Amino acid sequence: MDWLYVTEVALAGLGAGALYALTGVAFVLIYKATRVVNLAIGEILMLGGYVFFGLVAGAGLSIWAAIPLTILAGAALGAVVERALIRPMLGESPISVFMVTIGLGSILAGVVELGWGADPLRLPEFIPNTPIFLGEAYLAPKVAYGALVAALLIAGAVIALRFSRGGVALRATARDQGAAYSMGIDVGRVFSLSWMAACATAAGAGVIVGAIGGISPTMGIFGLSVLVVVIVGGLDSVAGALVGGLLIGLVEALAGSFLGGEYKLLATFSLLILILMVRPYGIFGTHEIERL
Amino acid sequence: MRIGTFKLSYAADEALFDTRVQWVWLALLAASLVLFPFVAGPYWIYMACLVAINVASATGLNILTGYTGLVSLGQAAFMGVGAYTVAVLETRVGTPFFINLLVAGGMTAAVGVVFGIPSLRVKGLYLAIATIAASMILHFLFAHWDLTGGTRGLSMPPASLFGIALDQPHKLYWLVIPVTALMVLGAANLFRTRVGRAFIAIRDRDISAEVLGIPLLQTKLMSFALSSFYAGVAGGMWAYFFRVVTPESFPLINSIFYLAAIIVGGMGTILGGILGATFMTLVPEVLKLVVGWLTPWIPDALSLLAPIRTIVFGALIVGFLIFEPQGLAEIWQRIRRFFHLWPFKT
Repeated sequence: MDWLYVTEVALAGLGAGALYALTGVAFVLIYKATRVVNLAIGEILMLGGYVFFGLVAGAGLSIWAAIPLTILAGAALGAVVERALIRPMLGESPISVFMVTIGLGSILAGVVELGWGADPLRLPEFIPNTPIFLGEAYLAPKVAYGALVAALLIAGAVIALRFSRGGVALRATARDQGAAYSMGIDVGRVFSLSWMAACATAAGAGVIVGAIGGISPTMGIFGLSVLVVVIVGGLDSVAGALVGGLLIGLVEALAGSFLGGEYKLLATFSLLILILMVRPYGIFGTHEIERL
Repeated sequence: MRIGTFKLSYAADEALFDTRVQWVWLALLAASLVLFPFVAGPYWIYMACLVAINVASATGLNILTGYTGLVSLGQAAFMGVGAYTVAVLETRVGTPFFINLLVAGGMTAAVGVVFGIPSLRVKGLYLAIATIAASMILHFLFAHWDLTGGTRGLSMPPASLFGIALDQPHKLYWLVIPVTALMVLGAANLFRTRVGRAFIAIRDRDISAEVLGIPLLQTKLMSFALSSFYAGVAGGMWAYFFRVVTPESFPLINSIFYLAAIIVGGMGTILGGILGATFMTLVPEVLKLVVGWLTPWIPDALSLLAPIRTIVFGALIVGFLIFEPQGLAEIWQRIRRFFHLWPFKT
């Protein structure tokens, strides 16, 4: 067995895993605050990639102006979606809300295809492409820089969640909505903020994912892998999203290069079923006790 | 208006159709279904068969999701199991079609039970995601197993009845419609029995149901088995209808389609499954028609069809969930209620 090759594959997997983790954190933010499983996260990510493409290639903006605008657009989308689609579903069964996000994903995918066509597109190059070596192992520069940015963003999100006023409000809401409300936290605003933060993060992740692999209307499939990540890690745990993301990235890369590309999804979904059977609430998730 | 419907026994109260008017309407419906292939064109018969197959599958999903409260995103993959079973039996063994359909249903029920085992430990959304995993694994099997013909899939001869090959929609109509009618009637009757009532109890509160003495695992697995049986038979009819089965025939989006159908139709009502599947099958056709009319003004309107269809599909799910969560069945009930009281309350 060629250990250098294994290391390279594993590194690439961890790099991809960092992006899964970033999107997973976006997912967990929404779930923690609002208990909504957002299946449209893959499509929101895709929309981020396309908005970036539209701003750079269509409107002719510079890349460094387009990135913040894309993230702002993501936040705006989050605010609109939360207000228009999620707020009216408050108190409905989780399944209904889950289906609403599936419908939203379908709408977004259709809008993107209507606006930009069904063919895959390439984002303009903006990540430096000098080869990177860790020891002897080669790592594709795009993946490396993507992972670096993802790690920084995740660190930022964790710090904000831990120390900022909004982060504390969000954690309080996640723990007990009624208590948070009676302590003067505007729960509705927390919902809105969490959707904005999550969609902004997803849009940012979309730019990185698009820069690595190109963008296409079927990019929403990324959301399925993210779903596996958060289920494996635990739906309401940021640490779980991190560990799950890296784990799934690693498993996908190893399965993809040693068994063949078609085994990627099989490997991750088999892992998912295994984890669900052993720990139904994920590795770090909270085990909810049901009472009558 | 509706008069003279007082009940003197529990049996009368539980009857599926309780008034003579209902029986008359039902007879009219049956008569029109029989007459339909003699008056309609080939396109409409084709659509009728497709609608019937989707109704059968949606009714199956309704048993599991609408009545037992277990969300499944694996219905299309289960249909795939049925379709492949029929294709393999037809090409390798050559048994008559009604045996094939039954075996397909039984086979799919067995597969459904295996993938229903996670429902022992997980429920709600986690279960939905476990069924996504199940459909991914089944999809992989379809594409990589020798028996299923790999990515090229299988093509098969038509079903035959008394030496007549059922190779055209207007012949297959006589197979698809009666089977679907039988399945829907069976589902409607299921919820008058102990098992069906147990399903509803589990949906409403599974812990309470367990306290009442309903064996949870056994009943949930039975619901999975029944729902998969419906999917398997529907998949088998699908295979006879298109006569080519490939791994791409049953993507995840089809599972979402069936879930959307019962949401739009109304979860937990038999009528909802029928209305929803019919509606969701016909909407893309109506869109195609509208786009066809637009072609003189917008030259490349046809290229817009696919994305518009995706958008309308999503918008229907979202719109019904927000504005009409009980679905088309509730709208139908409202119309009925209006006519029940008609001359006196308007």
